[in-house]
Amino acid sequence: MVKNVMIVGVGGQGSLLASKLLGHLLLSEGYDVKVSEVHGMSQRGGSVVTYVRFGDKVYSPVIDKGQADYIVSFELLEAARYVEFLKTDGHIVVNTQTIDPMPVIIGATEYPENLVEKMKDKGFKVDAMDCLSLANEAGSSKAVNLVLMGKLSTFFDIPEEKWIKAIKECVPAKFVELNLKAFALGRAN
Amino acid sequence: MKELMLGNKAFARGLYEAGCAVVSSYPGTPSTEVTEEAAKFDDIYCEWAPNEKVAMEVAFGAALAGKRSFCGMKHVGLNVAADPLYTLSYTGVNAGLVICVADDAGMHSSQNEQDSRHHAIASKVPMLEPSDSAEALFFAKEAFKLSEEYDTPVIIKMCTRVAHSQSIVETSEREEVTKSYEKNISKYVMMPGNAIKRHPFVEERTKKLTELAEDCVFNKVEMGSDELGIITHSTSYQYVKEVYGDKVSILKLGMVNPLPVNLIKDFASKVKKLVVVEELDPIIENHCKSLGLNVNGKDLLPITGEFSQNLIAASLGEEVSPSVKLDENLPVRPPVMCAGCPHRGLFYTLAKNKITVLGDIGCYTLGAVAPLFAIETTLCMGASVSSIHGFNKVLSKESENKTVAVIGDSTFMHSGMTGLANIAYNQSNSTVIILDNSITGMTGHQQNPTTGYNIKGDPAGKIDLEALCHALGFERVRVVDPYDLKACDEVIKEELSVDAPSVIISRRPCALLKTVKHPGPISVDQNKCVGCKMCMKIGCPAISIKDGKAVIDQTQCVGCNVCTQLCKVGAICPNAKEV
Repeated sequence: MVKNVMIVGVGGQGSLLASKLLGHLLLSEGYDVKVSEVHGMSQRGGSVVTYVRFGDKVYSPVIDKGQADYIVSFELLEAARYVEFLKTDGHIVVNTQTIDPMPVIIGATEYPENLVEKMKDKGFKVDAMDCLSLANEAGSSKAVNLVLMGKLSTFFDIPEEKWIKAIKECVPAKFVELNLKAFALGRAN
Repeated sequence: MKELMLGNKAFARGLYEAGCAVVSSYPGTPSTEVTEEAAKFDDIYCEWAPNEKVAMEVAFGAALAGKRSFCGMKHVGLNVAADPLYTLSYTGVNAGLVICVADDAGMHSSQNEQDSRHHAIASKVPMLEPSDSAEALFFAKEAFKLSEEYDTPVIIKMCTRVAHSQSIVETSEREEVTKSYEKNISKYVMMPGNAIKRHPFVEERTKKLTELAEDCVFNKVEMGSDELGIITHSTSYQYVKEVYGDKVSILKLGMVNPLPVNLIKDFASKVKKLVVVEELDPIIENHCKSLGLNVNGKDLLPITGEFSQNLIAASLGEEVSPSVKLDENLPVRPPVMCAGCPHRGLFYTLAKNKITVLGDIGCYTLGAVAPLFAIETTLCMGASVSSIHGFNKVLSKESENKTVAVIGDSTFMHSGMTGLANIAYNQSNSTVIILDNSITGMTGHQQNPTTGYNIKGDPAGKIDLEALCHALGFERVRVVDPYDLKACDEVIKEELSVDAPSVIISRRPCALLKTVKHPGPISVDQNKCVGCKMCMKIGCPAISIKDGKAVIDQTQCVGCNVCTQLCKVGAICPNAKEV
């Protein structure tokens, strides 16, 4: 049995720490793990996606349409873009923060409205949260990734202390407290 | 110890364990991290060379001197290094020489989608292809043994999904290997009389390697049902396993040049239907056809782009995971120049003056997209400087005063210098702009000969761009700060108006460099903003219009103040309050 998690967002939002944390945790739980990242051109403010797969034996490093058990999205439009990668009974955790893409910035098109409702109308299980506010509450706007991981953790059968241990092992010492707080806020909301 | 490791890092670990002592490379996505990770081992001397040809020749010299050596590059980099490669095939090596070439099917970060296996075939050099991190580590070590045993450089071909995916590896200790250098003119001096004798050696070596390919650790058969047999390689193997598991029979080729004959014939004889699943060109498929086998391949699967499990399932008539998408057209989110990018001010000035811009390879290629649309060509490393000369030779007065070439500092050191020499030598009235952001940006901040630091970040030799341009015969060399729009405008107009070749160095470090201190975000006084959208003309991702007025995203803005210079009503300032 293989589980598939996608982490999507806008280049520069910090999704690499989230995938590092997940990979580290899942390896320590004894799973076979593959994590696939994006480097180079598309990182420059473009739409970015990271695939995390774990189970008894993982072959493909990527997740295809209709295959993700969970999607964690750092940005609302990116959630809508990748939602077709979700299994029809999959679960998506969305930061409701919006970042205008260039076609919207230059006025060629509008940022679409009511995306959370539109995803729910298609039957997807959507958890929408203002992770930026929660991250600021924890102490830094950069902790959005740990807020999202906190929420994701509620869907896993892995005890909270294992997550906390993994965070301590993956984050520089001076940011541990901040990140644990962000994780706890994400888990509680 | 079991670790989750990036394919490129695992490759570097393999280099370390094999006793590799010298690494010389040029960065290029998706190959860069092999060299960056190798540089973290104190036992390996690592460097960024100015280009791939230099890197390969450095690695050759080191292997000749008796130490296992390596050079890494992306697929198009091997074109640059093809010259030494094709003759290294003749000279062979002393200590092992391993070359990494990383292909980019799907063109995540490349200008073309060429299949590097053609270079291995044409240069008659063996090529290995790992399908995950564990194989990247193992193949790197085996490649050195192969190199020494068969007296040949060995290429390991990576692809984006193997290079940039993490999977589990087991590490072991390093072994040291040293050979002694012995003078051998007939082997190492490739003038006709000697090369004529080496060519038969190359052909004989290929025969021996083909025998090896029939039964080696790189190629393996996994028999399942005899209804379908699939021959595959690299990451395609993983997609095939994802779709079929153990149900069908698979021949996985880890050695893709030379290809086995009997192994393939034998496998084909055991299955009722034979399909080759390979990304990009039908190389294995054509080999099978040359053996007289009835095989499917590109008639079912695409020749362009990356594969995936769904694509293979759909192409081979298997069930594809059901999926649901939203009903509306979502705006695309293409990559953009970052907030505070020093290239923005310069490209704004070029676009405003309706200047024809011949471009090059780097972050600044993004000057070609909305809203600036400032770049009109991008071909390969260095082509901007060479092609403006040809362009101006044809159009002369029509183009000389309104055309520029733009090239980054690292790309200029890689392949721009020779083009600049040509302008000075063959005399065209061309204007070249060197976008000096003090780093190799697109590939993730690698040092280069103009930065004054080496791969480890220690002080190193530093090439003075102004002095270099003067030495190449340019009397007019100007330096401008691209954050200063007025100065940019003046310098560009002046240099285009004079009847002499000139170089403009647009100098400002990459905004993402950790060493760069920014003044901090600025904002828009909503009472003063008249919604004229002048500030939108630079295409900064931090600026947007909300309710008819400009707003600046405080998490993205670094305070470069390029937009401030465009605001005619003085609404953008460091102390303005967005209420």
